[in-house]
Amino acid sequence: MNQIIEVINLKKVFGENAAVTDASFTVKEGICFGLLGPNGAGKTTTMEIVEDIIAASSGEILYQGQPRGASFREEIGIQFQHTSLLNFLTVEETLLSFHKLYQHPEDLDLLIQRCDLTPILKRRNNQLSGGQLQRLMLALALINKPRLVFLDEPSTGLDPQSRRNLWDIVRNIKAEGKTIIMTTHSMEEAEYLCDEVAIMDMGSIIAWDTPARMIQTHCKGSSILLPESAFKMNLDALPFTWKRRDKTIVLETTHVPDGLSKLLSLDIDLTEMAVHSPNLEDVFLCLTGKGLRD
Amino acid sequence: MNFKRMWAMFTARNHEFFRDRAAFGWNFAFPFLIIVGFGLIFGGKEHQQFKIGVWSAKAQIDFTGSTVPLSFQQGKYLQFINFTSQAAGEEKLQHHKIDLLLDTQSPGHRYWINDSSPQGYIAEQLFLASFLDSSQHLADKQVVKGVQIRYIDWFFPGILAMNMMFSALWGVGYVVVQYRKNGTLKRLKATPLTPLEYLSAQMLSRIFLIMFTIIVVWIGSNLIFHFQVHGSYGALALIFFLGGLSLCSMGLVLAARGTSEEFTSGILNFITWPMMFLSEVWFSLEGSPAWIQAIAKIFPLTHLLTGARKIMNDGATLADVQSECLILIATTLICLTIAAKIFSWNE
Repeated sequence: MNQIIEVINLKKVFGENAAVTDASFTVKEGICFGLLGPNGAGKTTTMEIVEDIIAASSGEILYQGQPRGASFREEIGIQFQHTSLLNFLTVEETLLSFHKLYQHPEDLDLLIQRCDLTPILKRRNNQLSGGQLQRLMLALALINKPRLVFLDEPSTGLDPQSRRNLWDIVRNIKAEGKTIIMTTHSMEEAEYLCDEVAIMDMGSIIAWDTPARMIQTHCKGSSILLPESAFKMNLDALPFTWKRRDKTIVLETTHVPDGLSKLLSLDIDLTEMAVHSPNLEDVFLCLTGKGLRD
Repeated sequence: MNFKRMWAMFTARNHEFFRDRAAFGWNFAFPFLIIVGFGLIFGGKEHQQFKIGVWSAKAQIDFTGSTVPLSFQQGKYLQFINFTSQAAGEEKLQHHKIDLLLDTQSPGHRYWINDSSPQGYIAEQLFLASFLDSSQHLADKQVVKGVQIRYIDWFFPGILAMNMMFSALWGVGYVVVQYRKNGTLKRLKATPLTPLEYLSAQMLSRIFLIMFTIIVVWIGSNLIFHFQVHGSYGALALIFFLGGLSLCSMGLVLAARGTSEEFTSGILNFITWPMMFLSEVWFSLEGSPAWIQAIAKIFPLTHLLTGARKIMNDGATLADVQSECLILIATTLICLTIAAKIFSWNE
């Protein structure tokens, strides 16, 4: 698989604040690549440098092995986290305006259908709900049939239904062979959509792999959660490493069936049991010692 | 330069402007109200230049029994205001509310003036001159020949140009900074659109709106004031068009960078106010120091107004105003080039 983007030793300093201290990664063509991290980790800055929206303080970005040229903007689509459109234009007029900016635009009817914009075509941009605006922004990002799509926190502020719809659209884009680079702080979103993820913290890439391998590498086991009232014995006698979280006892195990067998043999009531499998948030916790939303 | 992209931005901005009812309405209402207001104040027969306080015991002005000369009582540009006490009149005189206070019943023609008032000095001279014998030949009066230019005909191009200046500088400069601040420009940066295409579209959109406004305001005002245009309407439209372009391009330079609306407002005020006062919108700079007249020449508004007044009031042709046209074209090209060079979509 060819590399579509190479980021080499990227640094970005705003005044005395270093937003990106050292970021290097590559993105293969046709995959969905996720940049994960808490707010302020440097994800958006990194993304905007790669998009050629802001300039790097140092480092290099290669697009298909070459420095980004004049055709770069014809071949990419961007959905920004914070941006705006002309308030008094309708959705249809906005699409038409952007359509004229490209040499080889997408078929508008197809795009309208894909992003489910038909019911709101005559509505003005300032009358759209958060979900409708996100769909329009996504349509604008796809209006030039881009090879590479950037999505910056695409589901922020969306209700669960809208988020799920958005994810379906993103998966369809990927199915067409387009490359997607997205930032998110939703682990669920990253695990659902991304083929590869890079975790950023304090302006650096601290891990980069597929979600499954990353979890496998950094989190060795699962947790069995039981209410404290389920135990009629001295907890220190348990054959587990355990910790108390409020009134819940969290038991660590490398193999859940074995753990359950042991609990049953101790005649412990498992009615209110829950099993927690490790996810990317646990990976982040393992790597940094803090939660994603700290 | 891609004209398809430019056209897309041009039409988008026009849609935006025409649908913003408040801004759209104000663009027409402002110049129209100014013209009508000033037309009524300065162009009407009721216009008074000097205010003369009259002190008498009567409830209204009454010169019966007074020996104040009739030529003063019926003097042009004099407005008489009645006071029932000397103290009330003096108080107004002290605060420059009136220019001269007169005791109409005093046999010695007592009057009061405020020594620090230039208006008071002139009013005093008028009062004293009214006692001279008018049949005595003191000076040789001549009346200017040719077409008399009414004040409203001199004033009208100034108001149109002033409105054009505000519309161009604020409508382009301020709006572009707003677009930068709210991220609209950032979204456009992600497309193949170039700064020159975007700025040219903004400039042309605004000039289109300005010319449209001028035509509507002209037609509306003309119904009331029946303006006298001695030159050609085509030449007049051209000089306004070139003036609008140069003012819009100035606005683009101001908006080329920055995200602070407050700072931009300050800069726009810093430029528009001196330009308005020094470009002869309201009054002529004739007789003012040479350095002030030199500064006035920096502003495109000065050249626009000079050209427009030459055409409208003096019947000048395009050949007569070619220097003004060339200066306006040069200003446009220089400012547009600078704006495109230093323009930033998001900083």
